[in-house]
Amino acid sequence: MGQIATEDFQIIDNCLLIQLPEEIDHHGAGFICECADRYLVRKEVRDIVFDFGRTRFMDSSGIGIIMGRYRKISCFGGKVIAINVDRQIERIFRLSGLNKIVEVLES
Amino acid sequence: MRNEMEIIFDALSDNEGFARVAVAAFITHLNPTMEEMADIKTAVSEAVTNSIIHGYENLRGYGRPGEPEESEKANPGKVRLCCVLENNILHIEVIDSGKGIEDVERAMEPLYTTKPQLERSGMGFAFMEAFMDDLEVESTPGQGTKVRMIKKIGVGGWIEHQC
Repeated sequence: MGQIATEDFQIIDNCLLIQLPEEIDHHGAGFICECADRYLVRKEVRDIVFDFGRTRFMDSSGIGIIMGRYRKISCFGGKVIAINVDRQIERIFRLSGLNKIVEVLES
Repeated sequence: MRNEMEIIFDALSDNEGFARVAVAAFITHLNPTMEEMADIKTAVSEAVTNSIIHGYENLRGYGRPGEPEESEKANPGKVRLCCVLENNILHIEVIDSGKGIEDVERAMEPLYTTKPQLERSGMGFAFMEAFMDDLEVESTPGQGTKVRMIKKIGVGGWIEHQC
């Protein structure tokens, strides 16, 4: 189970791209939030893209990560985008109502 | 056929992954669908996480790599995970002897959380309820909490086929 690393965070234009790990649970969530927030404070970030391409498991901690980041950028007009979302993660988005604040892009 | 297993582990966030993978391994021989497997893993993960961070208030680790700092000492405590498989029905119990829940009904409301600073979503019980067929929560403040969940395995394939 790989931990998230610095190369999983990338800034392209004014967009923060986060490659999420294989498993997203409470154990790893705090570190992802911390790293993401460091970029949000330091760099000129407007939007955040969460890439679920590697993710095989997510529980409600993932919802917490996304909701928390959304709160931080939405007041500056930023958007939260999710890419490479599989069926199970989409179900979790729908169940939690997250699909109302996150734009899910088909890849 | 009846099959039973029980594991007891320390209330550390490192064990969340272990707990759900153990349950997943316990049911693989029933050939559950991917969806059933994901549902069960998510529900176990939610219940075990609740015991660790709410029951024992064990916030240590929190996913940071490396050794935890001295100030982040772990609260001692064990989580008991029992599974019984009987006629394709999986019964799961997650039991802790932590601080318990004052108001179970309130705790089960979606989006309600007592630890907003942890950026938890408050969706834990809602997910358990949605992903399992039945959920029961028993708790005594000061003594602990028992979460009981039931899921029938082997119906998912049929439903998927019908839709």
